[in-house]
Amino acid sequence: MSEDKVPVMIPRSLYEKIEERIAGTSFTSVEEYVEMMLENEFPEETEYSEEEEALIRERLRKLGYIE
Amino acid sequence: MDRLTPPAAADKLRGEAAESTKLDVSEELRLDLENVAFGLYSPLAGPLNQDDYLTVLAKGRLADDIPWTIPILLDVSEEEAAGFKEGDRLSLVCGGEPFAVMNVEEKYGWDRKTHCERVYKTVDPAHPGVAKAHEMKDTLVGGSVEVYEPSPGKYPKYRLKPRETRFLFKEKGWRTVAGFQTRNAPHIGHEYVQKTALAFVDGLFINPLIGKKKSGDFTDEVILETYEALFKHYFLRNSATMVTLEMEMRYAGPKEAIHHAIVRKNYGCSHFIVGRDHAGVGNYYGPFEAQEIFDDYPDLGITPIFFRNFFHCKRCGGPQNDKICPHGPEDHLNYSGTKMRSLLLEGKRPDETMMRPEVVDVILRHREPFNP
Repeated sequence: MSEDKVPVMIPRSLYEKIEERIAGTSFTSVEEYVEMMLENEFPEETEYSEEEEALIRERLRKLGYIE
Repeated sequence: MDRLTPPAAADKLRGEAAESTKLDVSEELRLDLENVAFGLYSPLAGPLNQDDYLTVLAKGRLADDIPWTIPILLDVSEEEAAGFKEGDRLSLVCGGEPFAVMNVEEKYGWDRKTHCERVYKTVDPAHPGVAKAHEMKDTLVGGSVEVYEPSPGKYPKYRLKPRETRFLFKEKGWRTVAGFQTRNAPHIGHEYVQKTALAFVDGLFINPLIGKKKSGDFTDEVILETYEALFKHYFLRNSATMVTLEMEMRYAGPKEAIHHAIVRKNYGCSHFIVGRDHAGVGNYYGPFEAQEIFDDYPDLGITPIFFRNFFHCKRCGGPQNDKICPHGPEDHLNYSGTKMRSLLLEGKRPDETMMRPEVVDVILRHREPFNP
């Protein structure tokens, strides 16, 4: 199931620049390109269980990476 | 994405491996497959299937369009290939030790010439990557791999997985991190580049490449020990760290620069430093080709930081680059790795404007600092 989406307005001149940029590339739409750029800007945070966090913290401490 | 088999499931795979057809793989491929398992080669799940392989050659992307430039391949002889079929599960063995199970999805042939032209931009057998391609066997096997017995690595205390480095960056409060790839003992020019990049990000991630390299390159021990000396005397502990990357050098220049950037993104870096002739060898690539290729990858997910020529300027009195130094070539001394190497081979010390004395001490302590 695709994620719920909301519209965002950008200036037409910028839209046209992006259209030019993606011409001949694998991007099929301006939306796809903008979405990718924003995903790069806000990468998903790596999540850890409490148990894994404790194990990693202990290993990093033993190896001298953290206090 | 971490694909390492959890300990609870490893016993089952060990049992299965004991009953399965065995396939010997090289130490280099084992490292690649461990890198797949650790998530360093994300999104790969194993050696490439044909569709992915062909689009990597043609476009520098996987079949689903995700950037990928260096094919990770499992090659077998025709005789070995006759011993299993698609759908089989193979026990992968390295040095007599079973370490992974592979789901065979595809067996296919390949063309060495096209491969070399696309990956290395040359078919010259003197290129180390081309030479290796000629040593490879005739059939490729694609599929996913489950690694249940990763090797401890050559330097276990420096070998962290992406989940660990990402945790480390978070613990240190680094929101932006610049990755630095190296296969050299550091000279002043390297340090200058690292510290210049560090001025703009929260943390510096020095990531020496440990593994098979060409003759004349520094040995892994020397690279690591010289960086230890540099860290001890010239870096702040709260803004720089070092982790090793166990992977062979391909010397594929621009294609390898993209590969190196992808791996650093997977470690959790936000930026990647790309210098002059990154991952190059001989004169196969233009000095800035490894930077120009990034134009084709706006969707890489990591920001490259480019450095052009840097040198010691006698008039400025320190390291400079061609963007900021107004003086002419008569005042410039290049950080020539070749020149420093020649001096070191004769047991002589490069000038302190070229290399830190503590780094030189480490190199000269080694009887054989370079790969034979």
